[in-house]
Amino acid sequence: MTHVGYLIAGYGVTFGVLASYAAWIVGKKRALARELPPEERDPRWP
Amino acid sequence: MRSGIGTRILGVATVASLALLAVMALVITPADVNQLDAVRLIYIHVPMATVMYVAFGVTALGSILYLVPRTRAHKWDVLAGAAAEIGVVFTGLVLVSGSIWGRTTWGVWWTWDARLTTTAVLFVLFLGYLALRRVGGDPDARARRNSIAALAACIDLPIVHKSVEWWRTLHQKSSLLDEETFLHPHIHGTMYWTLLLGIGAFLLLFSWLLINRYRLAKLEDRMEDQGLERALAERRAEALTGAP
Amino acid sequence: MLRDAAVMAGKDLRIEMRSRVATNQVAPFALLVLILFAFALDPDRGVLARAAAGLFWVAVLFCALLAIQRAFAVEAADGARDNLRLSGLDPAAIFLGKASAVAAELAALEIILGAGVVVLYNRSLHGPGLLVVTCVLATVGLAAVGTIYGALAAGLRVRETLLPLLLLPVVAPVLLAATRASEAALGGSPADGWPWVRLLGVFAVIYVTFGVVAFGPLLEESS
Repeated sequence: MTHVGYLIAGYGVTFGVLASYAAWIVGKKRALARELPPEERDPRWP
Repeated sequence: MRSGIGTRILGVATVASLALLAVMALVITPADVNQLDAVRLIYIHVPMATVMYVAFGVTALGSILYLVPRTRAHKWDVLAGAAAEIGVVFTGLVLVSGSIWGRTTWGVWWTWDARLTTTAVLFVLFLGYLALRRVGGDPDARARRNSIAALAACIDLPIVHKSVEWWRTLHQKSSLLDEETFLHPHIHGTMYWTLLLGIGAFLLLFSWLLINRYRLAKLEDRMEDQGLERALAERRAEALTGAP
Repeated sequence: MLRDAAVMAGKDLRIEMRSRVATNQVAPFALLVLILFAFALDPDRGVLARAAAGLFWVAVLFCALLAIQRAFAVEAADGARDNLRLSGLDPAAIFLGKASAVAAELAALEIILGAGVVVLYNRSLHGPGLLVVTCVLATVGLAAVGTIYGALAAGLRVRETLLPLLLLPVVAPVLLAATRASEAALGGSPADGWPWVRLLGVFAVIYVTFGVVAFGPLLEESS
């Protein structure tokens, strides 16, 4: 397959960034939820 | 905090469709006649560009809903902000994937073609918006400020697009036609369905990200309120005990 | 309402004439920018002359940033903004007034810059009609957007860094269109320039309208 390096770079960066972003959101959500008192914990959408 | 069952299903569906997309894009579909395997980047580049526009569309919608008195509610400003942040992430990725793709087909990392240039301007426009959102102050004033800024940016977008497109086509009259056929491979058969799958998968991802980013933003808001209350309580305690 | 706008504009321009910030600081800054471009672009190789139109408009943008910061700094001091709001002036009138004052300042700066470009970069002025219309429409558009974002950023501590970041991307089409139109005029082919003037017109109309509509919500109890 041609351009293999570029494909790896493109797909790698894309999915890497998106996965990290998703992980950051979930991680921060959990951290904040732990810090808040129980009744504040569960924001519904939207 | 635990996500509801709906969000979890959405999450699973997202991961599954993205995995399927990767397989289809990288393995099953054929290479293009002109671009060879570089066309495989299109299966993520185009869907991400779609999500980018949807995200900023949500930001615009949220801003309008906030500004119109009848529908005014703080949650629309929160939604606008969450969508914009996701939009900026995707815009960055569109630029990176577009740049890598351009490197394979044109041999350069950047070219001032209409789409890339407009996307670059879009990126900076909303980076500015996100910077503005971080400025503190009275929540209503902030929300109003954010909404107006978002709309001023969104109105600009078609103008930027038109002007840049016009600018670049004036420079490339003859080579443009060859470029067009080269840039638009014949998407048919599995390639076409894979592209549609890509758009669907990334829209699912966008939805999941938006829901969770929105919830995170609400938690952040509550944290800020809590912080303020704690500070006030400390002050009162100080006043009572006569601390310096 | 137009009379209120004129009152507003008159006030801003009078303050400007008394403090002379534009004449003492912004105009010299404009000339300085032109000189720096010459250092960067080596006049001997002809690049400077060829790029003159674009450099002119970039310099105008830099000056616009200063002028707008100034226009809103004047009011942020002493809570004058609250007085403005309480004065009962229609927000649309306040917008039109402030934008007109900014536009007037920019127009004066453009004349200075234009003279600078002719003298320093060795360009002679052709196509004056096209040039004038370009400058008028571009200035109106810049003043309108600038006033909107200036009000948005006014009173914020990060104003100095935030305003350029917010404003410059939005006015990118103005830079593009004004430069192309100016180049067409200077290069003797005005027919190429008029379509760009149309774009400048559309931009100006859109943002003047937006300003008139948005200034009300913007000024409501802003902190």
